[in-house]
Amino acid sequence: MAKLILDGAIVDNQWQRLDADALANGLPDGKVIVPLDYWQSHRQALLERTDVGVCLEPGEEPRDLVDDLEALPLVAIHFPAFKDGRGYSYARELRTRFGFKGEVRAVGDVLRDQLFYMQRCGFNAFEVRADRNIEEALSGLKDFSVTYQGDVNDPRPLYRRA
Amino acid sequence: MYVYQEYDQQLLEERVAQYRDQTRRYLAGELSEDEFLALRLQNGLYIQRYAPMLRISVPYGLLASRQLRRLAHIVRTYDKGFCHVSTRQNIQLNWPAVEEVPDILAELADVQMHAIQTSGNCIRNITTDEYAGVNPREIEDPRPWCEIIRQWSTFNPEFAYLPRKFKIAVNAVADADPALIGVHDIGVQLVHGANGETGFQVWAGGGLGRTPMTGAVIGEFVPWQHLLAYLEAILRVYNKYGNRDNKYKARIKILVKALGADKYRELVEAEFAELKDGPMTLTAEEVDRVKACFTDPDYRTVDTAEVDAKLASDKAFSRWYHTNTRAHKQAGYRAVTLTLKKTGRVPGDITDEELEAVADLADQFSFGELRNSHQQNMVLSDVPADQLYALWQQLDALGFATPNLGLLTDIVCCPGGDLCALANAKSIPVAESIQRRFDDMDYVHDLGALDLNISGCMNACGHHHIGHIGILGVDKKGKEFYQVTLGGRGDKVSLVGEKMGPSFEADEITDVVEKIIHLYVEKRLENEPFIDTYERIGMAPFKERVYG
Repeated sequence: MAKLILDGAIVDNQWQRLDADALANGLPDGKVIVPLDYWQSHRQALLERTDVGVCLEPGEEPRDLVDDLEALPLVAIHFPAFKDGRGYSYARELRTRFGFKGEVRAVGDVLRDQLFYMQRCGFNAFEVRADRNIEEALSGLKDFSVTYQGDVNDPRPLYRRA
Repeated sequence: MYVYQEYDQQLLEERVAQYRDQTRRYLAGELSEDEFLALRLQNGLYIQRYAPMLRISVPYGLLASRQLRRLAHIVRTYDKGFCHVSTRQNIQLNWPAVEEVPDILAELADVQMHAIQTSGNCIRNITTDEYAGVNPREIEDPRPWCEIIRQWSTFNPEFAYLPRKFKIAVNAVADADPALIGVHDIGVQLVHGANGETGFQVWAGGGLGRTPMTGAVIGEFVPWQHLLAYLEAILRVYNKYGNRDNKYKARIKILVKALGADKYRELVEAEFAELKDGPMTLTAEEVDRVKACFTDPDYRTVDTAEVDAKLASDKAFSRWYHTNTRAHKQAGYRAVTLTLKKTGRVPGDITDEELEAVADLADQFSFGELRNSHQQNMVLSDVPADQLYALWQQLDALGFATPNLGLLTDIVCCPGGDLCALANAKSIPVAESIQRRFDDMDYVHDLGALDLNISGCMNACGHHHIGHIGILGVDKKGKEFYQVTLGGRGDKVSLVGEKMGPSFEADEITDVVEKIIHLYVEKRLENEPFIDTYERIGMAPFKERVYG
């Protein structure tokens, strides 16, 4: 089973992320992550299940899920390229604006050198790109012990923490 | 200047370790070119035409003498013995080796310096008036606010992968724009409210580069407590909605223009409403802590009788004094600019030995501090008048006393095609050619205030759009050409100049500048500076003279 980083540890990836093509023959059993438009068009049925998460692409914002966040166990945010930083704002909004308590998972071009920032913006799960060493990537979560700004994990800026 | 706490230092050291490891993984083939590109750019490292270029951050241009000495050591040890003062008040090395950059960063961290976010699609160095804190016209010292913004922007996790680079400048002068806030992604103007309380007028959407424009006022009056929340709101809107498909349309200016300032403001206000009064709210205690780092040095009473006598008797000294020194808020003191613009010197370049000499001068004459200006000069901000003559003699010996500050030959010029991989044309030889043509200092003085800026490509590091005369290098079928703009301003206001017409070949450009100058001299009214004449008579006569 593929691995991912969840809450600071390397664990088995329990979730299967499916795109529209894979979903053409229907939704399999088990934990699945579906695209936003699939979620929206099958919303009523999917809300019956507790093992379906939604994946946001750049341009799809947390507010598109605002009525469902309480029911969703997981929101994935896709980084088609690590340089597309929209997902950082989405994660932050999920946590601080909408108070989402479930798993926020970074998927796609997820690399060690961005993990520290991602974690601070509210991601707690990272599907590190398959060709990279996940053990090494894990250490990226500890690049810094000092942060000036508040973040999702501690909203207080440094001077309010001291 | 800002005094580093243990945590500030710790952060720098952790950064050095992080970047050292990133470099190691790149050299070991564990990071692709593209992956390392984003990481090294966020650390100011470009791969240039002949060698890498490392841009070292100088927060709002402020340097201590010990930092200058360390820079001298670094350029001597790791580079070719000189560096370059950039138009965003930073320092650039032109020949470092990729594998030695981590060592350079470690040397810098020892003296509380770094290269964090000096390039890449993130929030860059915060800039301000090079006379900040001593300018008699400012309403308040902008430097504490620059530092507060610097800390908020440093490794801000949400804004490290923006659509494009992001530059913030802070201005505290009411009736002029020495920090060029009008042409920054965000411009922060210090203002006082009806009851004298500090606040900020916040501009967004200005910028030079490919599509130059001045910004729009987004926040009319942001109370000081909410400055960071307001900036964060502007950045979040930009991060979400800025164009990521086309890098030439990715700056915030394009988004503000596309949406219109009103719509942009509406989006910002919605974000701001959520952040306001939250944990980002600045406290008086924290602002006071930072302000305490920027208190006045130990000024003394200065007897100006001797210098007044020298001014009356020594013409060369008097010319330098009236050209290269500026009024100071403290009686008996002047702010002295070291012009790095002597003909034959690459504008803004300075050698290791000169850095050390300047560090000594800073210690001897100006409380051990120095500033870089966006005009690529250096400023000793706190010189007692009774020391000016002695300082002038030393500066003259060093070649830093050329009395041309703010005049035609004080040319702002990017490194251009001689060094920069982005450049379409050379800029340094154009600057030198113009300086040689206008080698009569009396004539240059007679011409009066005149900003001439040269960029080797449309990225506009030489700020050519805001030069009264702007020169832009362009490439046409592999040949270097130069486009001229007139009427740009980066003085009372920031304004983008107007293109004059078809571009010129390299060997024509100095003649063109001369024709422009001659027409100005013919048309000017008494004591009328170039820019006023241009604004009065318009482009047509200049065009006719040059192309006719």
